[in-house]
Amino acid sequence: MSMELENQVKKLEDQLKKLQSTQPKDQISIIVFSGDLDKVLASMIIATGARAMDTEVKMFFTFWGTTMLRDKNKSPKGKDFMSKMFGFMLPKGSTKLKLSKLNMGGMGTAMLKGLMKKKNVSSLEDLIKIAAEMGVEINICQMSMDLMGFKKEEMIDYPNIKYVGVGSYLSDAGESRVQLFI
Amino acid sequence: MTTEDLKNITANFIVDARGTACPGPLLAAKKAIGEIESGEIMEVLSADEGTKHDIPRWCEKMSHEFLGFVDTDSYTRLFLKKA
Repeated sequence: MSMELENQVKKLEDQLKKLQSTQPKDQISIIVFSGDLDKVLASMIIATGARAMDTEVKMFFTFWGTTMLRDKNKSPKGKDFMSKMFGFMLPKGSTKLKLSKLNMGGMGTAMLKGLMKKKNVSSLEDLIKIAAEMGVEINICQMSMDLMGFKKEEMIDYPNIKYVGVGSYLSDAGESRVQLFI
Repeated sequence: MTTEDLKNITANFIVDARGTACPGPLLAAKKAIGEIESGEIMEVLSADEGTKHDIPRWCEKMSHEFLGFVDTDSYTRLFLKKA
């Protein structure tokens, strides 16, 4: 009788272990494709909010999203003509991003920033700092960097920034409970 | 806990989240919870609707006990006990 019970318990333990290994982690995976201020702001609020709830956060910046991570004070040398053009035409960092709607030649964006300050909403720059402190993981799409001619040296200083491909994103996303495309 | 009970609580730590906007209150709560011991009581002051709903959910996720809230004229006092 005892042997049977032991075997059953062992079987259940094995099944439980198998089930546990397929459970998604307490983690959120966010792709930031957009380079619009309002959308990027939303992604950073979600990222820091998730960290406040002890959820792991992995962000993947690609295409226009990479422009947020440019450092406005850095200007790397050695770019070819196309890269220089892209670099010039695209916003150089978080302070230069525009609203997705109602930008109105920059007026709308300025108005929103003013409102945010008035209502004590953290700026994008503040949120990036907070994200770094709270361990939000930032990964940058290497391909986007290549396409737009950005160099690693012109990106902001952020702890443990990695340059990855879609495989890394899909791996991270696959083990996360929540996946967002912003 | 009744409103009377809540009104009489002296919290071990008070987080004034009235000035900040989302995600400020959650970040403040997360930081503050590290300052108190298990079993101690934290009070969060909030002036916005969002936070009033966020804090109980945050407690649920973090396994702290949400004790209840008390509304005053201009803000809400939310009480929780650290797990």
